[in-house]
Amino acid sequence: MSDLESSIRETAKNLLTEGKVDLILGYEKGALPLRAAPCFITDPTDVDRLVFDYSCDLNLAKFLREHPEKKLGIISKGCVGRGVIHLVVENQLNKENITIIGIPCQGVINRSRVIRKIGEREILEVKVENDKLLVKGKDFEESLPLDDYINNLCKTCHYKSPPVADITVGEATASSLQDNFEDITSFESKTPGEKMEYFKDELNRCIRCYACREACPVCYCSLCFIDQNKPVWFGKTADITDNFIFHMIRALHVAGRCVSCGACSSVCPMGIDLNLLNRKVEQIVKERYNFESGISLETPPPMGAHKFEDGQEFMIEED
Amino acid sequence: MVEETKQAAKGEASEEWKPKIIAFLCNWCSYAGADLAGVSRVQYPPNIRIVRVPCSGRINPFFIIKSLSAGWDGILVSGCHPGDCHYISGNYVARRRFAILRDLLIFMGVQPERLNFTWVSAAEGERFGKVVKKTVENVKSVGPNKMFEKDW
Repeated sequence: MSDLESSIRETAKNLLTEGKVDLILGYEKGALPLRAAPCFITDPTDVDRLVFDYSCDLNLAKFLREHPEKKLGIISKGCVGRGVIHLVVENQLNKENITIIGIPCQGVINRSRVIRKIGEREILEVKVENDKLLVKGKDFEESLPLDDYINNLCKTCHYKSPPVADITVGEATASSLQDNFEDITSFESKTPGEKMEYFKDELNRCIRCYACREACPVCYCSLCFIDQNKPVWFGKTADITDNFIFHMIRALHVAGRCVSCGACSSVCPMGIDLNLLNRKVEQIVKERYNFESGISLETPPPMGAHKFEDGQEFMIEED
Repeated sequence: MVEETKQAAKGEASEEWKPKIIAFLCNWCSYAGADLAGVSRVQYPPNIRIVRVPCSGRINPFFIIKSLSAGWDGILVSGCHPGDCHYISGNYVARRRFAILRDLLIFMGVQPERLNFTWVSAAEGERFGKVVKKTVENVKSVGPNKMFEKDW
């Protein structure tokens, strides 16, 4: 147990015993290695279940809307805190009921990349030691460089600790990272044909389980466009046309709202990397409208803050 | 033989290929502009099919994506000039939406020439003709839309 975990447990215990919150949302050890499950704690004696490590890849902000009446405490790494703030900005949550317990995050491990490396063998235990990732199974033990298996989004993350927090546990880390969206620019140097080929190859694997939608903190529509059947906008098959359109519109719907937590990619059973699309919409909104989601409680979301002066260089001129 | 039948079925036999472009025009400005173009006998290519919508803010991105996936060669979207919207701010909302949609579609490999956005007012019949000419030129430069064509 790390120092961070013990201070998380202590803070949670204090909040619960003092009656400041009814429920603490955090992570607990999952049933399988490299998987952390969300856990809901109401009893102060249960706080020892709380953990925080490289496997905590889900975004807990997803679960807040299910408990509108309760006073909630939420263990928030940077992107969870951003998710909460963004949902408050969209009037989905009441900030008065929510206590954000901010913790610093070192990034999460990309599970599908580890599984792809290990192959068919069963992983029984995963440990992090310094900069090595030790993967143990029945007849094997492998030591992998940790840095290669950290999620790409975490490497470009500016907000390791939540930008707005009520209580801060551990040392808040400020990031001095300069993000120039180099990954996006290098992808954009391809021709339209190559780009489409790449996306078709990648999205061909999609089996339309909608895990990405279910894990996303900002996907909360009571009726998703893909479930509408009057009219049937888009096909529900795993055909490439339908897949392409589904992922295109999913990205469009999270434009200006995505908090870059990478939960969609983490839960994908087919290991599809949706981060490229998410990063692109993040870039569009940042460069066009100078907006980052979940940073402040005052800034309105970009779709609600249109102006007369907005850029329109893409409009065609007649001559 | 089989190839020829296939081509004939798609209407692109030996003759020159003609693009099909779907145009979403707002009721208050661009549709009236198109009407004026007709009344003033402005000549423009017959490749567009017009869909009238109440406001450019009514144009759901679904319309555009669905059209592209259904095989339309190009899209033209037109509304009132900024400041002139009949519903005050519909075209501002639309503009932000199209900016994001266009960037994202281009990122995913749609040729930018297929996506044409503009403003045409009710008094700009002449301009409407020019805009359509420009759009048809753009779409012709990238050829038929085969993005989602199935090879049965």
